[in-house]
Amino acid sequence: MRFDAAPGVVTAGVAVLEDALRVQGAEVTPVAWRPPPPGTADALAAIDAEAPNQRAVARLLAARPFLVDVVPAREAVPALAAGRGLLHAGPPIGWEDASGPLRGAIIGALLYEGWAADPGEAAALAASGGIDLAPCHAHGAVGPMAGVVSPSMPMYVVRDEESGTVARCTLNEGLGKVLRYGAYGPEVLDRLRWMERVLAPVLRAALRRHGPLDVRALGAQALQMGDELHNRNRAATALLLRALAADLVEAGATADVFRFVDGNEHFFLNIGMAASKAAADAARGEDGSSLVVAMARNGTEFGVQLSGTGDRWFTAPATVPDGLFFPGFTAADANPDIGDSTITETAGLGGFAMAAAPAIVRFVGGDVDDAVANTLAMYGITLAEHPAYQIPALGFRGTPAGIDATLVVRTGVVPAVNTGMAGREAGTGQVGAGLVTPPIACFADAVRALAAIGSGPGPGPDRGGSP
Amino acid sequence: MALLSVPGAHVVPEARDALRAGLHVMIFSDNVAVEQEVALKAEGARRGLLVMGPDCGTALIGGVGLGFMNVVRPGALGVVAASGTGAQQVACLLDDAGVGLRAVLGVGGRDLSEEVGGASTLQALALLDADPGTQRIVVLSKTPAPAVADRVAAAAAACATPVTLAFVGPGRPDLTAVAADLAGDAWREPHWWPAPRERGHAPGRLLGLFAGGTLAQEAAAILPRAAITDFGDDRFTRGRPHPMIDQRARLDAIAGAGAGDLLLLDVVLGHGAHPDPAAELAPAVAAAVDRGAAAVVALCGTAADPQDRDRQAALLVAAGGSVHLSNAAAARKALELTTAPGDDPPAAGEVGA
Repeated sequence: MRFDAAPGVVTAGVAVLEDALRVQGAEVTPVAWRPPPPGTADALAAIDAEAPNQRAVARLLAARPFLVDVVPAREAVPALAAGRGLLHAGPPIGWEDASGPLRGAIIGALLYEGWAADPGEAAALAASGGIDLAPCHAHGAVGPMAGVVSPSMPMYVVRDEESGTVARCTLNEGLGKVLRYGAYGPEVLDRLRWMERVLAPVLRAALRRHGPLDVRALGAQALQMGDELHNRNRAATALLLRALAADLVEAGATADVFRFVDGNEHFFLNIGMAASKAAADAARGEDGSSLVVAMARNGTEFGVQLSGTGDRWFTAPATVPDGLFFPGFTAADANPDIGDSTITETAGLGGFAMAAAPAIVRFVGGDVDDAVANTLAMYGITLAEHPAYQIPALGFRGTPAGIDATLVVRTGVVPAVNTGMAGREAGTGQVGAGLVTPPIACFADAVRALAAIGSGPGPGPDRGGSP
Repeated sequence: MALLSVPGAHVVPEARDALRAGLHVMIFSDNVAVEQEVALKAEGARRGLLVMGPDCGTALIGGVGLGFMNVVRPGALGVVAASGTGAQQVACLLDDAGVGLRAVLGVGGRDLSEEVGGASTLQALALLDADPGTQRIVVLSKTPAPAVADRVAAAAAACATPVTLAFVGPGRPDLTAVAADLAGDAWREPHWWPAPRERGHAPGRLLGLFAGGTLAQEAAAILPRAAITDFGDDRFTRGRPHPMIDQRARLDAIAGAGAGDLLLLDVVLGHGAHPDPAAELAPAVAAAVDRGAAAVVALCGTAADPQDRDRQAALLVAAGGSVHLSNAAAARKALELTTAPGDDPPAAGEVGA
């Protein structure tokens, strides 16, 4: 402490005291402070997550996800090996609470698997409880939009070579009328069958020829080419196709495979999601950590999970994204936020990397300054800057990575999420794209629960402990 | 360094962040759990950073007052204060005696409690002892827990710089006596302005309405039978500004004084405090005096304070009060006015220098 010179003073709180310092010639750096949501003060005071957060985020950042295989879901996910089970996006939900797109995707999956003969029968089967529904996240998987996975669907398998964590995701169907947006017409089912019978086998063969594909390196390169890897995957898709092209040809890929990939700007997305999931799952299970390891929506609720709160979901009603609509659609046609693709933001991509992708604003709305501002704001709620994912326009600064739920609650700054918008009615498909404002209530609940674990007598039931 | 004055319920994470950013922290906020205070001070000590507070109202570092601090002349005396207004009172009286200050390091009112163990007091002592510009140190606190007092005394004895331990409270020297002791030969009795019309004995209630906690305690020690309210106490400050900034609660209380009552008020000047307290208080006091009340004011400030001490005094005197730069003197004046002729003055006789 120096007694000879006026101190520089960082202030938070009463303006009168700040002014008094200025009058006396001190250099004052005021910090914007606002009260956190009611009922969180005690939890925020009790949680001191610095050490566990550093351990958890270190695993998130150290992850080296590689695409290692393409296999049917029944092989990739043990829970789908037998019986009639489906995975879905977001926190747990049943048919009765499911929104239009999720219901549509469930109907489509039941038709695709041959478990129902027509949409009416499929809906009745799902409504009767004859289908086991579980979140993708509970089975080491993620799914975009409705995120419905049935046993016959092919899935990417991504393994984090650092931790050994494995994550899975389905293959991307393209835009328009597709299952993940709740469409289940004949063309949707035909496409799914083609993907199962033609696309997946040749991808698998090509990948085996190529060897494990470094998804992080590919993503890092795509960020430098203007993708943010959630709603813009144009560069990553091109890079992927380039990397696998020779092996695809040698594996016997026909022109329709190349045309399909060329016609789908989001073809890479599902691989990136699995890579993000592998990294986020590697960061799970750190006692006391407030690191967010999952953000996901099921079309009805937005849910989060923390590293230190086990498999418990903290949910709040999902909101409708704000953005641009495809011709012929308006906000009235949009379903509340849906999908596991927010795993990209969880890992420091998507909305967090928007500054790398100025062109994205043509798809989600706003202007380039907004994109940069979104990324900059995220540094305030994250624990680290990603060592591999860098933003050229910010001097190759690492993307803000590793959301700290306590910082979200303290600052009121919620994660910036880019997303597609599904039509409200089952079968409509995608109606637009935009930005989502995640509800802060689920972060507040998660923080309270983390504090309760810390002050409790021992592991709570949510962490699998016994009294 | 960091100065935190967000509501106490929210200050702990901010203080933690400041420490982890390598900043000394002054926590102006009150309403912080003692176990949180202990944890923050332990972390500060580990990092070699001083945690001043919670409930630390006053500091002076590098010539800059933090929180509530008067404009005092520079000097060589370092003050470690568990008492904000106590430090202000001593600083102001010393300033009038020509004695300047090197620094005031507040530690928060609970620092010398059993639980906190004098953690910040010991650190602040070490910081001042290591400062070549500090030639004398005073530790100012209400009487600490005995074990803590021993620890502080041992640390003080080990300092190369001479240290005065000034523990105030019932049966101990008051703040004015502490200042007199520190000033030595330079001391002169603090000035006071008599009321324009002395009313003599006030037979009604004695309403002690204080903004400064230590000033309230000092008055209570001198006036053990009086109803003394500390408006800066936790229970009054939850959800509202400190009474040195927002005087509304005290103005309401002044309005309750009637014929025969005696108002005893403190008015604290300096940076951080209300820019013109007498402008609000004087009309309320004048109205009370018109109703037949009497008023005694302790004016804690220096000649260099931004509020213009003489003008503040003049307004309060014009309102009908007597105004004293020594809080103890004001309390004794109140005692004199409320002691009926022929009564023995109460136990307050033991208090004082």
